[in-house]
Amino acid sequence: MGIETEYGVLAPGNPAANPMLLSGQVVTTYRALAARAGARPAARWDYDDEDPLADARGFHLRRQAAHPSMLTDDPRRPAPAGPAPHDAAPVILDDADDPSAANCILTNGARLYVDHAHPEYSSPEVTGPRDAVLWDVAGERVMLAASRAASGPPAGRELALYKNNVDGKGASYGTHENYLVDRALPFATLAELITPFLVTRQVFAGSGRVGLGPRGDEPGFQMAQRADYIEAEVGLETTLRRPIVNTRDEPHAERSRWRRLHLILGDANLFEAATYLKLGTTSLVLWVLERLDELAGAGVDARRELAALRLADPVGEVRRVSRDVDLVAKLELADGRSMTALEVQETYADVIERALGVLGGAPDAETTAVLGRWRSVLTRLAADPLDCAREVEWVAKRRLLEGMRRRDGLAWDHPRVHALDLQWSDVRPERSVYQRLVASGAVERLVDEDAVADAVLHPPTDTRAYFRGEVMARYPEQVTAASWDSVIFDVPGATALQRVPMLDPLRGTRAHLGALLERSADAGALLAALRGT
Amino acid sequence: MAGQDRITPQHEDRTPDDDADVPAPAPAAQERDAQVDALLDEINDVLESNAEQFVRGFVQKGGQ
Repeated sequence: MGIETEYGVLAPGNPAANPMLLSGQVVTTYRALAARAGARPAARWDYDDEDPLADARGFHLRRQAAHPSMLTDDPRRPAPAGPAPHDAAPVILDDADDPSAANCILTNGARLYVDHAHPEYSSPEVTGPRDAVLWDVAGERVMLAASRAASGPPAGRELALYKNNVDGKGASYGTHENYLVDRALPFATLAELITPFLVTRQVFAGSGRVGLGPRGDEPGFQMAQRADYIEAEVGLETTLRRPIVNTRDEPHAERSRWRRLHLILGDANLFEAATYLKLGTTSLVLWVLERLDELAGAGVDARRELAALRLADPVGEVRRVSRDVDLVAKLELADGRSMTALEVQETYADVIERALGVLGGAPDAETTAVLGRWRSVLTRLAADPLDCAREVEWVAKRRLLEGMRRRDGLAWDHPRVHALDLQWSDVRPERSVYQRLVASGAVERLVDEDAVADAVLHPPTDTRAYFRGEVMARYPEQVTAASWDSVIFDVPGATALQRVPMLDPLRGTRAHLGALLERSADAGALLAALRGT
Repeated sequence: MAGQDRITPQHEDRTPDDDADVPAPAPAAQERDAQVDALLDEINDVLESNAEQFVRGFVQKGGQ
């Protein structure tokens, strides 16, 4: 699993600044910082296997029929942001001076680049939610370092980055989750059975938003940043008509074995418990969906139980749940019943718990921890949401905003209320409401700063990100390009570039290659040894 | 405005009786308000002094 986060980018005092240029500067500045520290991550991104128009429902969108914002696999023709007019022909830029081609492959296995008009940190692949939190927070520190270095007197400007998803004026930018899923699970089944879960998980995963409606025209507060931008149940697009379940079928792995579930409806979370629960519970649901037949054989009819949760209007309920801050709204089910969002979540947790009970022994410690925290948060949200103010981001944000409104007599549409919402996610500690709450002990953290500092530089050890990150750290001069599932080496003396495919996300780990990397003084020795294995 | 600044850290020692003209919150709620007020004091110097200008200037391009 992994998380991609597009950060909001701002040049305070310079509203005319070009966001694509600013985003490019974030990336190139960080690349220069890394180079100063010894690495030389100049490698380009290898787009060979990118296929953003492949649809998981089994067809291809024709390139000519695609919205220009979906053509993300050609660095010479940067994909414009979503609401751009359809007839705006993309400008072909030279790689050298094209900010949108700015790319940096980090020694922690992540990718830092410009997506549309935002700097994006795509975390390295991890195997569990705690690691997902760790490398996600590492991304916040990467963005902080980049914005610091790109600001100040030498640069002649200030550059601020925000880990949020809305500007309050109609624009939204994404935080996408990716999960490796067994391809044997039919996509239609996956989409059907996970949708009620995704619609309702915002009760613990929302990061809170001031303003209702895509442009925030209506005063008020809602749970989720992204809810008002979800317009379809299932679909390929990510920048317009955004779906609950995205169908982009670009597995970045062996296609016959896996698909990559690409979820675009989630919020950027600063609260680590929110990221942890979001990734942890979603992967538990997927674990059940991958085992429907096995479970039916063992007496747990998960397929029937989860299909019974089908919502009458999933897209409408995304908005409704997000506005239901008292957690009392009854969602209409397709079979005529009605349930609250918390009850839908409880049902998923019940099914998962029984599934774990009948299949193969005791669950691992992290699974037990995710389930325990999930149950606990759902119970406390039902009793009194304020009891979750240390873990659930929207609850904490709302508590603070309601306090400010009460103390100072402010309406929901007062600029100070909006400003607090935006400054919540500023990556600079001296400007971040979130960081100040952490310093006051008002937020539960799951990872410590030493571990985060380590994760900024080093990859997870149990996925192919280990190989990607380690070769970037060890042989930066000899890596010319890399992608999620490949690294291309240029070895002195070799007649051609050598591409190492990494189609199995669970190979290329430290257990698999650590000793070999230790023994290989350069990429030539590494490749020779790999050929021998 | 009645009730707006009833509970602030300086007033923590007030009893509900001091505000006989408005319904007093339950003690637990009072304690919570005091906690939130303390947090608001903590974040005060982080917040932009010109909120209106800051909010107006926060304009982003759409993304994914």
